[in-house]
Amino acid sequence: MNTSDTPYRIVIGLEVHVQLLTESKLFCGCSTKFGAPPNTQTCPVCIGMPGVLPVMNRKALELAVKTGLALNCEIARFSKWDRKNYYYPDLPKGYQISQYDLPICRGGYLEIPTENGEETRRIGIIRVHLEEDAGKSMHDEKAGRADSRIDLNRAGTPLLEIVTKPDLRSPTEAKTFLTELKLLLNYLEVSDCNMQEGSLRVDANINLHIPTGDGKYVATPIVEVKNMNSFRAVERALTYEAQRQYEAFLETGHKLGDVPKQTRGWDEDAQITRPQRSKEESSDYRYFPEPDLVPVTITEEELERIRATLGELPAEIRRRLQATYRITAYDSDVIVNQGRAFVDYYCSLAEGCGDGKMAANWAQQDVLRTLNERQWTIAQFPVSADNLAELLRKVRAGELDTAKARMVFAEMVERRCSAADAIQRLGIVQVDEGELRRLCEELIATNPRVVAEVKAGKDKAIGSLVGQAKKRNPNVNPARVKEICLELIQGQS
Amino acid sequence: MTSLNRFPFASSAAELLVALRKGDITSEDLVTAALAQIQTYDRHVGAFLSIRGEKALDEAREIDRRRTQGDKLGPLAGLPVAVKDNLCTQGEPTTCASRMLANFIPPYDATVVARLKAADAIIIGKTNLDEFAMGGSTETSAFQKTRNPWDLERIPGGSSGGAAACVAARMVPLSVGSDTGGSIRQPAALCGVTGLKPTYGRVSRFGLVAFASSLDQIGPLAQTVEDCALLLEVLAGHDSRDATSINRPVPPYRELLLQQPEKVRIGYVPEMLSDGISPDVVRTMEEAIDVFRSLGAAIQEVSLPHARYAVATYYIIACSEASSNLARYDGVHYGYRTDEKAMLAELAEERRRLQQEGNLAALEDLDTALVRLYRKTRAEGFGAEVKRRIMLGTYALSAGYYDAYYLKALKVRRLIRQDYDRAFETVDMILGPVTPGPAFRIGEKINDPLAMYLFDLFTVSANLAGIPALAFPAGLSAEGLPIGLQLQGPPLSEERLLQVGHMFQRVTDWHRRRPPLIENNGPLS
Amino acid sequence: MTLTRQEIEKVALLARLILTPEEVEEMTGQLGRVLEYMALLNEVKTEGVEPLAHAVEFANVFRDDQVEKSLDREVALANAPHRDEECYLVPAVLGDV
Repeated sequence: MNTSDTPYRIVIGLEVHVQLLTESKLFCGCSTKFGAPPNTQTCPVCIGMPGVLPVMNRKALELAVKTGLALNCEIARFSKWDRKNYYYPDLPKGYQISQYDLPICRGGYLEIPTENGEETRRIGIIRVHLEEDAGKSMHDEKAGRADSRIDLNRAGTPLLEIVTKPDLRSPTEAKTFLTELKLLLNYLEVSDCNMQEGSLRVDANINLHIPTGDGKYVATPIVEVKNMNSFRAVERALTYEAQRQYEAFLETGHKLGDVPKQTRGWDEDAQITRPQRSKEESSDYRYFPEPDLVPVTITEEELERIRATLGELPAEIRRRLQATYRITAYDSDVIVNQGRAFVDYYCSLAEGCGDGKMAANWAQQDVLRTLNERQWTIAQFPVSADNLAELLRKVRAGELDTAKARMVFAEMVERRCSAADAIQRLGIVQVDEGELRRLCEELIATNPRVVAEVKAGKDKAIGSLVGQAKKRNPNVNPARVKEICLELIQGQS
Repeated sequence: MTSLNRFPFASSAAELLVALRKGDITSEDLVTAALAQIQTYDRHVGAFLSIRGEKALDEAREIDRRRTQGDKLGPLAGLPVAVKDNLCTQGEPTTCASRMLANFIPPYDATVVARLKAADAIIIGKTNLDEFAMGGSTETSAFQKTRNPWDLERIPGGSSGGAAACVAARMVPLSVGSDTGGSIRQPAALCGVTGLKPTYGRVSRFGLVAFASSLDQIGPLAQTVEDCALLLEVLAGHDSRDATSINRPVPPYRELLLQQPEKVRIGYVPEMLSDGISPDVVRTMEEAIDVFRSLGAAIQEVSLPHARYAVATYYIIACSEASSNLARYDGVHYGYRTDEKAMLAELAEERRRLQQEGNLAALEDLDTALVRLYRKTRAEGFGAEVKRRIMLGTYALSAGYYDAYYLKALKVRRLIRQDYDRAFETVDMILGPVTPGPAFRIGEKINDPLAMYLFDLFTVSANLAGIPALAFPAGLSAEGLPIGLQLQGPPLSEERLLQVGHMFQRVTDWHRRRPPLIENNGPLS
Repeated sequence: MTLTRQEIEKVALLARLILTPEEVEEMTGQLGRVLEYMALLNEVKTEGVEPLAHAVEFANVFRDDQVEKSLDREVALANAPHRDEECYLVPAVLGDV
């Protein structure tokens, strides 16, 4: 939705939770692997049994710092743990170990592409902090069961909570932000951000600024939207919610501060948001410093060591690809979105064939299509960048036309062989440049009428020469025949 | 050694170890004697919540077999030890003297329990305590009262009341307790035994059911300082499962007792001997000062200006942490759970009544089934004192009160710690009373929480500051009840405290006095 | 500092306790007196004093990211008051509690 289409401005801030890619949980040695049978990945610590104590996973801290650095945050030299107290059956200790007043990262921003594709916009990050995940409550209403079932496998999995400033101006922009954040976290190997498996979860705070005509505006009450299970759902839920708030404002005139903050859940089936019931006292979390864990300090050297592991990040790679290989923002976007290994493949291909644009076309069309069809990752792809570059060089040299090159490519994929081998297997006899030139000279000599027509400006007449060439040798590249003939005819004048 | 056989625990653990090593006595003899002593006296005293009887005997026989075989044995091989019932024992009940955990069987050992087992000690049973260690009299136990062996009408102190009483009644030579605000030292003093609260972090808390995490510390109780040193050596040490555990080597405490400490500077706080303190306690202090002086110690006055705020500070912090630590007892994953059918019926009845009355506001606020499950479970599973402390802590942490109570208390805690730091610049340790008076009568303070809390005024500061403190018997009241004193030192000064305490016990015999109950009725040594 | 019965009721809900009217009465008095005593701290000047949350102040205690064996499910669920083969059971959790 474009802001200019509506009589209001949308203000959105996001709270994103991502599960970190650690092997073990945040405070105990249980596995974090997804999909195990219920309650098979628990121990006294994550069940919260009496007397047990948490000990922090070093890797989780490193991943948090890595994320903070990539989001341009200030990394706290001193941070600590706090308990957030509330009762829920999937929270076995009755409190969640989290960070309250001294989060690991503060400030920062993420650059996201804008709709025109050329510029970027900075979305502010307020804070990033570590906390433990809760377990899962499962309720099967259809089966009519009176009980909910509790699975604690997920309890204690490390989570990073990322809170943005209310900088997002449209549901589409919120989706773009999430896409870019997911890409960044994938590149950092911090999280796989899989919404289906719950490794990325989003809540949104949204309200409207409605112009009052005198250059000022009135703000509607902020609503927290939960239960959005895909990026598309985020976009739809926020689009729905914005319009709902506008209509509610027209009806009630309620402004920010007139009513308490409301929480609404997205109903995917009905495609609407619905109010969620919450008692007033439930928000009194009684945070206090976690006495079972000691604080965390980070030195300059440790920061530098972690900074060195960041690698090149998506936004930088896009800029480099555009500058180095002269490809469009769109092309660089498609390539970067495929992940670091695909970018490396593309770069080798572009270097090897000497034409960034051509490499981009082949990478996006032929390579990506094959990967998608066969459900392969780039690491499983049988045609190396060097081999594909060899093929593209032949195309550039005019030794093969595009149609033939595609056949060769398919053969290379099938046979896992080099371009030369594939050409041989397919029986494509390549006509060398000298032979081709001799053939063209012969045709020009034997077709004076055609030559005259071309000289008179009837370029189309050259088609007759190309046709004769193909008859004499089916392996010639028609485009090249045309080029050489034109060159020779023009040389005669 | 027939006398040892008949009444072995007149001897100290150190003496018994020698007898075991020499073959004068077997571990089976010791365990048999301990069980006999428990059999005779525990129906009066009520120190134990569970006794391992046959299991302990089997383990003792196994130790004896290994000893005969010439195997290398652990430092406490064959000695019976009692363990407070807030320390988890794998596969065996750990109740915290609470209805909430009456049937809880931990699938893990507390680190100290694992260490005792590795030292080849024989765990004889689990001792009674105030529910979740919240109390100073062991009266809040959900299961039974423990009585002071010196006067069965009086409290043994608490919360490690059972742990102190079983040593006082000579049922075991060694006992493990926990001290959050005096819970080792206060019962030790009231029962006439020796007890040490180590530096916070010296002993792993893993497997100690938490009361107040930043204050809890496990420690030894025994007849003598030497035995405490022996037991501390086994209990102490770094544990990777406790992030607050101190990573420093454990000194050979017992061996170090033989070293005469250099000239010791002992401080005392004159203000502490003023208002509201029993004259017996004042006299005991004065006599002990004379003893230490005669031993060559330099005695000087020190000041702890914030000591008078310690009780208020302590109860805010301890209750705040407790309110969170005890949130896990909700009837979902383990422990007591209310009768769900009855709960649902009750809730349905309330809903019907409110609908009839047309009370829509109350209907709207009515608990969900889950919330009511929690509330009924906790209301039925916890006793009155635990509930009071959870309420107090929840209040102190809640929105609008956090700064005035909890945060304020943390700041005063810093000032209390700084008082000690300053005092320890001029003295090596501070001698002081453990309690304002001897053991009070059962029932005397149980309905007056504030009076009960104020009885802790001398012990809570060491927990707030995280410093070690050694309590030892130093006199008897006019009525013949034990009076204890404590030596508090800077962090990790256990070895000096033990040396000085040992020095005191070499020239006094208060720690050898036995309660009349066993002196008059028991088999004589 | 005096406590009202309403405050006691509110704290009881927050702490997931339920009190009989007699208990509310008793708690109101007892806790009120304790809080009154705690007001003693108001006479301590604490401006500029760092709060002390841990008795021993050190930092950075970590474990390596290594998977250790979890409990067998039967052992994990052994203490559960209400369960099925795989899970802990509670009265229906619907939305917010």
